[in-house]
Amino acid sequence: MRRQSDDAMTLYRFVMMIPRWWLLLMVVPALADEGIFDQYRDLMGDDNPAIFVIEEGEEFWVQSQGPSAATLEACDLGLGTGVTRGAYAQFPRYFADTDRVMDIETRLLYCMETLQGRDREVIAAKPYSLRGDFGTELEALVTWLAAESEGMTIAPEQAHPKERAMYAMGEEIFFYRAGPHDFSCATCHEQSNKRIRLQQLPNLTEHTEVAEAYGSWPAYRMSQGLVRTMGWRLQDCFRQQRWPGLIFGSEVSIALQTYMAVNAAGGVMTAPGLKR
Amino acid sequence: MVWIGVAPVAVSEDLASVIHASFSDSGQATLMRLEQDPLQQRCSQPRDERVDDDTAMALRQERLNAVVFPKDGNFLGDWQRGAAVAASGRGLQSNDDPSIANGGNCYACHQLAPTEVAYGTLGPSLTQYGLRGQSEAMLRYTWTKLWDTHAFNLCSHMPRFGAQKILTEQQLKDVMAFLLDPNSSVNQPAEGPSSAH
Repeated sequence: MRRQSDDAMTLYRFVMMIPRWWLLLMVVPALADEGIFDQYRDLMGDDNPAIFVIEEGEEFWVQSQGPSAATLEACDLGLGTGVTRGAYAQFPRYFADTDRVMDIETRLLYCMETLQGRDREVIAAKPYSLRGDFGTELEALVTWLAAESEGMTIAPEQAHPKERAMYAMGEEIFFYRAGPHDFSCATCHEQSNKRIRLQQLPNLTEHTEVAEAYGSWPAYRMSQGLVRTMGWRLQDCFRQQRWPGLIFGSEVSIALQTYMAVNAAGGVMTAPGLKR
Repeated sequence: MVWIGVAPVAVSEDLASVIHASFSDSGQATLMRLEQDPLQQRCSQPRDERVDDDTAMALRQERLNAVVFPKDGNFLGDWQRGAAVAASGRGLQSNDDPSIANGGNCYACHQLAPTEVAYGTLGPSLTQYGLRGQSEAMLRYTWTKLWDTHAFNLCSHMPRFGAQKILTEQQLKDVMAFLLDPNSSVNQPAEGPSSAH
């Protein structure tokens, strides 16, 4: 359900992007070797179009929806009912009410289902926007919640045995090679200072690099004009790995997020980031 | 209310079953791709735990014995067609059309023609590869690297372009020419042909 003001907001976003895209076109030939997106980020300064998505996310949080006509304000994201500040930085974590480790995306769906009475399957069928879409509600909520943790220390829980088991599983999956190309996550992400084409690759086994990478998602993707979440990022990695489709909220998805978050622990949340 | 989401997580000892439950068929990328062959199993370890023991040597020899060389004995195709194969990153992804030829995506990881600046660095630079010449040994070595890199370097990150049927025999010949033909853009000086100035 989109509000009337969305068209105006979209137009504003579009207009705002134009002069900056021209700047990018001008700097590409000069900086073709590497680092052009870092340069572009510098040009953008604090102007991250994700600020609009943050506002949207906060509006969704307080909006009555579903058969129960309830808001999400009673959702427990791990720090107590309705506490949003700092919650993102401690995901994934174990929740006693579901007896499972959850990432923030599946936790939000759980709240939509339990508090608002909405059909989880309907939302899970399309959690992320396609190219050319407006962003989804879930993307907006995650973006706002990430902003609610901006500047805070990445500190995923590892006290519960299931949280530790999830990390161990994430590590195994990270190195699991399969598919026609024999790719694993490690193929691209176990070495430092490497790149694919011009894209720099973070070494996700190394604390400083994984902290910078993990802490910058969700992120506004300039090439797509959308905010993308870590759940989406993983799905798109597996597509490029030539694997089948990663199921939203699956154990592999949560295990890999746990692996990254724990390796990144102690780093700083900078999301929403700004990426190519 | 009962949480009816994804199957409850009693974290399984069985990694394979967790992985299978976490993916779904997507276009040509079906669940069958999650099955590991012995090589993939062997190479699914952290970098510092990959030891070179008898099993590794046996696997490497097995890969070497399985290399299929060109039936007509001719290793070199058309370098320009090879350049196109090297530049294309499409193929075998869930969203790729299986009726269109796969690419080799060589530039994702290797520097090749010095005129192409958008090259990756996961693999070594292959610029001027042709300086090594076209002896029978070089032809067979290079073919083997492309066909199945694990025949020499077990657990290399590089895909098995021949053994896994990512590229056809003709495409492999074209990539061979791209690497080895003295006229290929791979083997030109960095500033381009000297006659250009």
